[in-house]
Amino acid sequence: MTYWRAVLLVAARDIRVEWRSREQAVTLLFFALLVLVVFNFAFDFTVIDFATLGAGVLWVAFIFSGVLAISRSFQMEREQDRIQGILLAPIDRSAFYLGKVAATVLFMAVVEAIVVPVSVVMFNFRFSGRIALVVVALILNTVGFAAVGTLFAAMTTRTRRGELLLPLLLFPAAVPVALAAVKTTTHLVAGRPFERYAPWVALSAGYDLIFLAASVLLIDYVLED
Amino acid sequence: MMDGRQSRTTWIDALEPGLDALVVLLVPACLFAIFRLVPTEEKMGVVQRIFYFHVPSALAGFLGVALCAVCSALYLWTRDRRYDRVAHASAELGVLFFTIVLLTGPIWARPVWGVYWTGEVRLTSTLVLWLMYVGYLLLRRSAENPEQAARWAGVLGIVGALDLPIIYKSVEWWRGLHPKVLKVSGGQGLDPAMQHAFALCVFTFLLLFLALLIQRCRLGLLEEQVATLTQEVSRR
Repeated sequence: MTYWRAVLLVAARDIRVEWRSREQAVTLLFFALLVLVVFNFAFDFTVIDFATLGAGVLWVAFIFSGVLAISRSFQMEREQDRIQGILLAPIDRSAFYLGKVAATVLFMAVVEAIVVPVSVVMFNFRFSGRIALVVVALILNTVGFAAVGTLFAAMTTRTRRGELLLPLLLFPAAVPVALAAVKTTTHLVAGRPFERYAPWVALSAGYDLIFLAASVLLIDYVLED
Repeated sequence: MMDGRQSRTTWIDALEPGLDALVVLLVPACLFAIFRLVPTEEKMGVVQRIFYFHVPSALAGFLGVALCAVCSALYLWTRDRRYDRVAHASAELGVLFFTIVLLTGPIWARPVWGVYWTGEVRLTSTLVLWLMYVGYLLLRRSAENPEQAARWAGVLGIVGALDLPIIYKSVEWWRGLHPKVLKVSGGQGLDPAMQHAFALCVFTFLLLFLALLIQRCRLGLLEEQVATLTQEVSRR
């Protein structure tokens, strides 16, 4: 079995499990929408221009629901000790890791694909950027967040305080992606030229590469037992 | 594992009492220098004296974080428990010294800047760094066994070290458009007494770091021995 086939199989398994119940996606989606509603009350968007705050609101929603998705993804492995089966399977552990990251990115992308249009309606903001660029920005930053999050979740979900510990580790570590995501999205929504936010896109891409590579190298140490 | 118990005397053990004594002498010397020898800074007034503790603490904190990263990598590579003990101790000291930095900073900032806290890049990234290493210590405590704690901490120590420069850069860019509140005043125009006192404080804090590091590593070793003994006893 080739390496990438193993990655695909792990991701496909996560997606299939989710597809059967559709529990997680629905919960995540409503959680993210709820965050938007909370912000709707917290800030008066008839006074504040959504273009200035909107990107931050959206990314708070994505990051919060993303943490839940990542945490859930590894708790699932604990049930009936599935993780033992995975670790005994003749696949590379980094392939398992990359499969989990891929599935998490997909779940977060589904939430984002629904929440972004909803926020356009809800907050009545005029959107003048290019759709393709928005998608690229969303995916770049989601990958970085999921990459570090999945590595950390492989550790934290096996502890007693896992659900508390994951955000505690992940939020500080993910500060660069959060900042890059908010800045890029703000510039995109305002329809500013690419040169204005090109460094942020480069930062997101660099972050993705560095931490995907580091995690692939380090995951063996995390999943040793 | 019977031979591990306080059998060998290493050069560190021989050095340590002298080091402790030196630190005990140097800390009052620093205080004397700060409060009696150094002239009061013209613009900031007396509160500027907090710098003599603030900056050396930051240096000691960075030393802790760097040492933690290096020893984390060495531990994962060699699986030698000694590296893990040093990594753990230096992470703890990093948190300790950065706590001092984060406490003394606002005390200085309030009279001089007029605010306790701003979104300035160094403040923000120091806070993020501090949170990250608090998380590191919490993760260690949550692990099921010491071996797992050491491995996980090793991973986190490396990821943290990779992340810190990126965090700093991103916060810097984030604040890029805002006016800089903090003006970096270089070494020029500093009173010689100030320079000497500052050098003394840096030296003292680095020695203090070293003394605490040795103590904490020794404590770590004792903790491991207690754990081993407890296991042995319970097996009987």
